[in-house]
Amino acid sequence: MADKLHFSLVSPARELFSGDVDHVIAPGSDGEFGVLVNHAPFMTTLKNGVVRVEDNGETTMRLFVRGGFADVTPAGLTILAEEAVNLDSVSVESVQKEYDEAHRALLAEGKDGNVALEEQVAYLEDLKAALVN
Amino acid sequence: MSGLKELKNRIGSVKSTQKITKAKQMVAAAKLRRAQEAAEASKPYASRMANVVANLTASMGEGAGGPKLLAGSGDDKVHLLVVMTAERGLCGGFNANTAKAARLKIEELKAAGKEVKIITVGKKGREVLKHAYSDMFIDHVDLSDAKDKFTPFAIGLGHDLTKRFEDGEFDVATLVFSEFKNVLTQTPVAKQLIPAEAPDDAETIDLGGAIYAYEPSEPEILEALLPRYLNTQILSAMLENAAGEQAASMTAMDNATRNAGELIDSLTLQYNRARQAQITKELIEIISGAEAL
Repeated sequence: MADKLHFSLVSPARELFSGDVDHVIAPGSDGEFGVLVNHAPFMTTLKNGVVRVEDNGETTMRLFVRGGFADVTPAGLTILAEEAVNLDSVSVESVQKEYDEAHRALLAEGKDGNVALEEQVAYLEDLKAALVN
Repeated sequence: MSGLKELKNRIGSVKSTQKITKAKQMVAAAKLRRAQEAAEASKPYASRMANVVANLTASMGEGAGGPKLLAGSGDDKVHLLVVMTAERGLCGGFNANTAKAARLKIEELKAAGKEVKIITVGKKGREVLKHAYSDMFIDHVDLSDAKDKFTPFAIGLGHDLTKRFEDGEFDVATLVFSEFKNVLTQTPVAKQLIPAEAPDDAETIDLGGAIYAYEPSEPEILEALLPRYLNTQILSAMLENAAGEQAASMTAMDNATRNAGELIDSLTLQYNRARQAQITKELIEIISGAEAL
């Protein structure tokens, strides 16, 4: 397995993925980057976006992450996401519903509503966009 | 006759108490499984986070300054204790043990001439500490609405601590909570939150002589990372506490059920003896009455 990249994605709630893959593309805060096996040690913050996992030239998994960190070491790539979902496991409808709820709550809060809620809305918006594409 | 009736009533009431403790034990067992799973599930994140922090701080080097959350305020006069207990009782010595550990820590700090402030998380610890230290309380986090979702509370508390720290309200923050070792053992521990301390047992990764590349710069990453590290530590403490509470509750209720069983046995024995004695007494009365005729 020496020519495979060990990749794990963990969120505070659980470990979403751990295994050996060919190629991972992640949304760094300074731009999207790809990691192959034997990548040089590297650490970056992430922005909201899609992490794509490729195996044998095919995209095998798409995960949406809400900010966090990526840490590349000789042992592999670790992504610490604040929140992450597998795009295959959620439907547009349910996200839309959540988004509507959060949006309504934000509107109800008034102009200077709380920051956490604003972030939640932005996150759901990004997630929705990622789902549609 | 009245003695017999009293005994019977007592047996009845102990039996219904036993039913309640048994039900509570089963509820705690079911909740424990869930709480334990949640605590376990959060472990990979927490330990990786700790590793990353350890690596970063190691490469930053000692005394290099860095963000305040890591370097501290340069003082240690005012200590903030975050005491984390459960919202409910009926869990044996769980809350009392944590409160005792907190009290020891407070006395130790006071003896060293430090100023102590307290934030309590969970009602029970607050009740215990109220008598002696209510003048040190500065805030309280109520977890009774949390159910199993601690994340918003952990993040809220993390933000609050960061803000207070930046406002210079305290120099050192320590978290006192119950570490969940296993179902039978929960040990109260004190863990320093601010300035951040990388755990001693973090794995250091051998980079094979290569140099880490940071994007954006190292201080910026550290700045973004430390508040999250704080939140993560608080969250895992909350999860461990929740698991510990259920485990302690289960053990306590198991003991209570067993004690009730023993009490019922001895009361039943007493009841039967009294009944037998009464029958014998009645027989003697009848026989001696017949003999007298």
